[in-house]
Amino acid sequence: MSQLPLVLTRYTVVNALGHGLAASLEALRLGHSGLRVNDYEPAPLSTWIGRVDDIEQAALPAALSDYECRNNRLARLGLEQDGFSAAVAAAVKRHGASRIGLFLGTSTSGIEETERAYAMRNEAGALPAGYHYRQTQNPFSLSAFCREFLGLAGPALVISTACSSSAKVFATASRYIAAGLCDAAVVGGVDSLCQTTLYGFNSLELVSSEKCRPWDAQRNGINIGEGAGFALLEPASAVEGAVQLLGYGESSDAYHMSTPHPEGDGAVAAMQQALERAGIETQAVDYINLHGTATPSNDRSEDRAVTRLFGNATACSSTKGWTGHTLGAAGITEAIFSALSIEHGFLPASLNTEQKEEGLNAGVLLQNREQSVNIAMSNSFGFGGSNCSLLLGRREA
Amino acid sequence: MNTLLSVDICGIGVVGPGLTNWAQAAPLLRGEQPFEPTELPPLKPELLPPNERRRTTQLIKLAIQAAEEAQRHSGIEAAQLACVFASAEGDTFIVDRLCEALALPEKPVSPTQFHNSVHNAPAGYWAIAGVARRFSTSIAAAGASFTAGLLEAAAFVASEGEPVLLVAYDIALPETLAPFGDSHSPFAVALVLASKNQGGSRLASLGLISPQEGSVSAMLPTAFSSLQTQNAAAQALPLLSQLARGESATVNLAYHDGTVLALELTC
Repeated sequence: MSQLPLVLTRYTVVNALGHGLAASLEALRLGHSGLRVNDYEPAPLSTWIGRVDDIEQAALPAALSDYECRNNRLARLGLEQDGFSAAVAAAVKRHGASRIGLFLGTSTSGIEETERAYAMRNEAGALPAGYHYRQTQNPFSLSAFCREFLGLAGPALVISTACSSSAKVFATASRYIAAGLCDAAVVGGVDSLCQTTLYGFNSLELVSSEKCRPWDAQRNGINIGEGAGFALLEPASAVEGAVQLLGYGESSDAYHMSTPHPEGDGAVAAMQQALERAGIETQAVDYINLHGTATPSNDRSEDRAVTRLFGNATACSSTKGWTGHTLGAAGITEAIFSALSIEHGFLPASLNTEQKEEGLNAGVLLQNREQSVNIAMSNSFGFGGSNCSLLLGRREA
Repeated sequence: MNTLLSVDICGIGVVGPGLTNWAQAAPLLRGEQPFEPTELPPLKPELLPPNERRRTTQLIKLAIQAAEEAQRHSGIEAAQLACVFASAEGDTFIVDRLCEALALPEKPVSPTQFHNSVHNAPAGYWAIAGVARRFSTSIAAAGASFTAGLLEAAAFVASEGEPVLLVAYDIALPETLAPFGDSHSPFAVALVLASKNQGGSRLASLGLISPQEGSVSAMLPTAFSSLQTQNAAAQALPLLSQLARGESATVNLAYHDGTVLALELTC
């Protein structure tokens, strides 16, 4: 048994499109990409990135200064948009601080701090004294910071399954609420620019020197982005919120550490499970937000998976051309973009995609489309073969 | 006091300094034989082909060795098991290697080390080796990582009715990071958990009670106390000690901020 549906009482995003939902919504509607020529100083690679403005000025409150790192700054920027912190405070009044779970995804946490510390080692090889490993590098530091910032005292963990991390948090929240371990949950994810991912993906020859072009015949890799997203989930009772979580599916490829299954077997399993859990047929899905990283192998595998289940009629797009690949934050970012599609009745195009590769048949949109959306699927597939599909739907008034 | 979740324990695996496997560790955990946390036994998980073993790290091998012992002990095929992998620190050996490389002007990052750096690398290798395509997650919860993994696994069993492999593991931090963190000894524990009375070989049953104020159970030979403070996965030791004794008891495991998860263990 899982607890479904769950209402997204409040949600918010920060990414290369700007701070808060309105900035993302406007850019998506106008077709304005957030990608820029790489200006992330520590990693001057020839590529485009999805960088968030003003992180450098957004120092943490003094009481939380041990958590200072790019990732936690980005988290805090996210928590302060769209009245999110206030909505959580109201939920604390409704449920109690110890009855709200906190489940967040990240892939690299605050590793930028460790990169910086290693570059500042003294002659004996020691890291500088001001380096706070536990509050920055440690994978749980994101949830530890947000827990303190929000004043939560319930169950908490970090999920770190590469690019599916902040999609899987929805499934965990559903199970925890069903089990009675909490009554509501803050879910989300944050990942931030660092040398590790820029040089790491570059070493695997997966970074594009151009704007990423999902599904395009000329696509040649990803643009790395950064982002934060959060959603407050509550059982569908007397709470506000137009969008709800209908289903989720989680699977493993069991195929390769950094290449998806060529026929998309694991992706099919995740999507199928989400549909079964929601009790809906493929025809009921109006839109699929693809993982769509713009690497040759991801898009080929995902195209295979989507067309095996949906054929080529279902409208779908990758929004990586807007934000870049926000890695551990991709799941929440794109779940929220799907929620925006439902709330505002539009489908974003697969930006930068000009000529679909021959043989890729999914119904990828090359232009934005105004259309009412009742049910949307969001796909997130990560290294290690970790797959997660979410189904979000309009809440009956 | 309401029991929220109930699971059967169907398999146990353990690896650590002076701890080769469950059969060898049990008399030490009962206090019948002296425990000396000497060297880590050789890590040769049989599930990993030799070429994969060479490509992987101590953390990955440690996790998979404990996992395969628990899986065999349970009599359930790896392909039938969902997975929860829990590690407080992740692969800090790789973090150290990557940050060393990134401190050099030419930034010589190894592609293999990069894909091994993801927190779910042990879960990925396990899935590939065991053809395990079901639910799998990889979590972190600082010093509460074992307890959080147990909650995640038990909530999954309750939700899906399918057996799950829980693996908790950490290595000692590399020299450069050691002064800043909490993990100073390698240790891994694995449990196969299943719905009550549905698993193959039931060793014991666990009832989980919602985390609350309380004190962590001591019930452990004192020789283990330093290991317990040096590794988040070793927070499982009071439970393992009670399992080794085969005695029913309430065991309190550390969770966040001084709260504990109370476990009603029935042997």
